[in-house]
Amino acid sequence: MSDALKELGTHIELKRGENVLGWSVSHGELTLDVALANIAGLVEFLKTDPTCRFSTLVDITAVDYPERAKRFDVVYHFLSMYQNHRIRLRVAVREDDMVPSIVGVHPAANWFEREVFDMYGVLFSGHPDLRRILTDYGFRGYPLRKDFPTTGYTEVRYDEAQKRVIYEPVSLVQEYRQFDFMSPWEGAEYILPGDDKAEVKG
Amino acid sequence: MDGSKGFEDAVTGEQKIRNFNINFGPQHPAAHGVLRLVLELDGEIVERCDPHIGLLHRGTEKLMESRTYLQNLPYFDRLDYVAPMNQEHAWCLAIERLTGVEVPRRASLIRVLYSEIGRILNHLMNVTTQAMDVGALTPPLWGFEEREKLMIFYERACGARLHAAYFRPGGVHRDLPDDLLDDIVAWGEGFPQVLDNIELLLTENRVFKQRNVDIGVVTEQEALDWGFSGVMVRGSGMAWDLRRAQPYECYDEFEFQIPVGKNGDCYDRYLVRMEEMRQSLHIILQAIEKLRAPENKGDILARGKITPPNRSDMKTSMEALIHHFKLYTEGFHVPEGEIYAAVEAPKGEFGVYLVSDGSNKPYRAKIRAPGFLHLQAMDHIASGHQLADVAAIIGTMDVVFGEIDR
Repeated sequence: MSDALKELGTHIELKRGENVLGWSVSHGELTLDVALANIAGLVEFLKTDPTCRFSTLVDITAVDYPERAKRFDVVYHFLSMYQNHRIRLRVAVREDDMVPSIVGVHPAANWFEREVFDMYGVLFSGHPDLRRILTDYGFRGYPLRKDFPTTGYTEVRYDEAQKRVIYEPVSLVQEYRQFDFMSPWEGAEYILPGDDKAEVKG
Repeated sequence: MDGSKGFEDAVTGEQKIRNFNINFGPQHPAAHGVLRLVLELDGEIVERCDPHIGLLHRGTEKLMESRTYLQNLPYFDRLDYVAPMNQEHAWCLAIERLTGVEVPRRASLIRVLYSEIGRILNHLMNVTTQAMDVGALTPPLWGFEEREKLMIFYERACGARLHAAYFRPGGVHRDLPDDLLDDIVAWGEGFPQVLDNIELLLTENRVFKQRNVDIGVVTEQEALDWGFSGVMVRGSGMAWDLRRAQPYECYDEFEFQIPVGKNGDCYDRYLVRMEEMRQSLHIILQAIEKLRAPENKGDILARGKITPPNRSDMKTSMEALIHHFKLYTEGFHVPEGEIYAAVEAPKGEFGVYLVSDGSNKPYRAKIRAPGFLHLQAMDHIASGHQLADVAAIIGTMDVVFGEIDR
């Protein structure tokens, strides 16, 4: 299985070396690191090349790494029902980068790109209808970014006096509980209570 | 009156016909949940169909990032709540592949057994409620009776009728009692008759055929372009089934046929679902046969870091007790890496893309729901159809908003 994938990885690198930054096979899956420019061309190639024939778009999503300069990884999954193999493309994207849309190649990308835009604020150039999709009408912010709080900023309730649903800032009776399981022996990044006093003494 | 003078009064400004926009849902019984379709109609013909989804968005993926792997498992029941265990399966497979855990044979068989029960649960629900959308009232009553029996099998295995949390990373939660297997076999003897009865009501029914034949035709190329999977692909003539093409668990040792449609219309998808239920029953009976074999009566969890210790061990071993405590508070750590694990859920390919940073919580978990892509093609498929066909098409697309909105 992984031999065939390695062959495929070499094949793609040979044919489209200018797009491919690197590739690896792990856990029986082929991952390609791809340059942002001309992603649509590469996807087109993967779809039409007879040894690839990635005819089906499985998924588009993003991963947020706030500490990196190229903050987001936009991740594409493709499946070939003819050759029976899968591939993953990974594109590193800055916050202000525009990702070329692949709706022209795979119409199924439409909602996936809308979702990535909705959840991460990554813009897709050439997308026919880049609206929010999962969040509320008039929602602000990008919920799946790591700096967006899990509780969100607003909450809604039906107001009996005004006879309509109103938006209010979130008020929590109890702080949202995020347990820290990081053991201090494994190198926690924060200062443990009491450690700051040791600093002063020394 | 021969019209030679021209009837100019017939084209006055007031009589210009313009397209009509209607809201279909979010509270429409044929919308199968909270779907809002903005339909642009030219008379009775649908010109444009814009699905507004997200009304059931619960932020599952965000919530998962602040919970441990085991705590995240029950979220999967709540995605496609018609066939909950199939979703858990994908999550467990993703974790097992990243941690490199081998599932014991008995657990693997139980998973196959319950995945197929889930498939029947789903298809019964879908076929019969779709029939209700096009005007039949009896099939849902008969179908739901069987669903009830199957949910009791769920309950007897794990204690819950719907939100099972039964598949666990490394196996399944509890072993099955022997009399449960007997009862499933007894149910399996009567089930083909129920399917025959439902088919008798629908398959050759004139109204049902008029509402479904040649409605919502999906060609092979369209199925590929729009990323369809599951019955939506098989109804269009491609024998694509992950259980056969990329076998997971122990599906490769089971004998089953993949039914395929010819025309890719709503009627073919209905026929495919009916046949899949028969095939699932066949797999269920094979799985029970295997579960009864003495060599398959082992443990149901791969004992190790990601699974709890035996109850009896905990009474005597301090390490087991510590392990149990740490497992259910801190949870287990998954090695750094990323994985995409997919299962053939009843609705299509249900996948989980999991990115782990080596901690006890997923760094990112993306849920790939089949219904999301199917509903996306709604504009493409429904355009040009009658308004009444929209209900039939939504029905055979098999959309459930738990998984689409996440």
